[in-house]
Amino acid sequence: MRWYWVDKFIEFNSGVSAKAVKNVSLAEEHLHDHFPGFPVMPGSLMIEGMAQTGGILLGEHNDFEHNVILAKVPKVEFHSWACPGDQLIYSATLEDARDEGGSVKVAATVEDRLVAEAEIVFVHLSSDDPQLSRIDQKNFVFRMNLMDILTVGKAGEGA
Amino acid sequence: MASDEEIFEKVQETLVDALGLDDDEVTPEATLIEDLGAESIDFLDIVFRLEKAFDIKIPRGELFPENLASADSGFVADGKVTDEGLAQLREKMPHADVDAFAADPQVSKIPDLFTVNMICKFIGSRL
Repeated sequence: MRWYWVDKFIEFNSGVSAKAVKNVSLAEEHLHDHFPGFPVMPGSLMIEGMAQTGGILLGEHNDFEHNVILAKVPKVEFHSWACPGDQLIYSATLEDARDEGGSVKVAATVEDRLVAEAEIVFVHLSSDDPQLSRIDQKNFVFRMNLMDILTVGKAGEGA
Repeated sequence: MASDEEIFEKVQETLVDALGLDDDEVTPEATLIEDLGAESIDFLDIVFRLEKAFDIKIPRGELFPENLASADSGFVADGKVTDEGLAQLREKMPHADVDAFAADPQVSKIPDLFTVNMICKFIGSRL
């Protein structure tokens, strides 16, 4: 499985806000176990998608100089769920950005239905930080290969 | 100028939100790590929230200094903070109760310097 939990960006307002799309599909293996006969997008993966959206917003603000690590989710609320065929839109706003890290607020919606809201805190670690080796790669909000998503977003616009 | 009580109430609210606590757990004497269960990652979240709540800027390392008395700092001997180390703590953490700590300056007790009261004093000095 590739650790991409957004499909493309549809809005990017540098240093301010970003919107990304996640299309939920029955082709995703895990939906057949979560749950049998009632496939819904796992909340944990929605948090990951929201963190990827917000993490790229924060990373771009610093010209991708830092490794942006998902550090803490002080608050998350689920109001609804997302099923195969639904298009989730993650709308992130940058709340804080400083040398040590940053924070975002993200809302997940399907059309005009609010599905989830989260506050997410990130920290920056430099590539030579000894702590980095102890971090599971899945905690990485992005590495350079995830940046392809931004390109895909552009391609989708026909640009 | 906010009163000490107003500052405490806002700090209390901030910690309740950041650490998922009940109001009555956040007393002035409570230590952030031991009593309130804060982890290193929470300090950044707390700084963000304090900046918003009080509309101030808190530069890196001023409220929560990093790398205090690490093994290679030269400020530690036999698991205790040396006099030079204590002087450094007083300088870096003027809002903490270093005098009380100095009575038994075990390195392992350094985290206890981070108390709710320390945050309140720090904020009071910035308003």
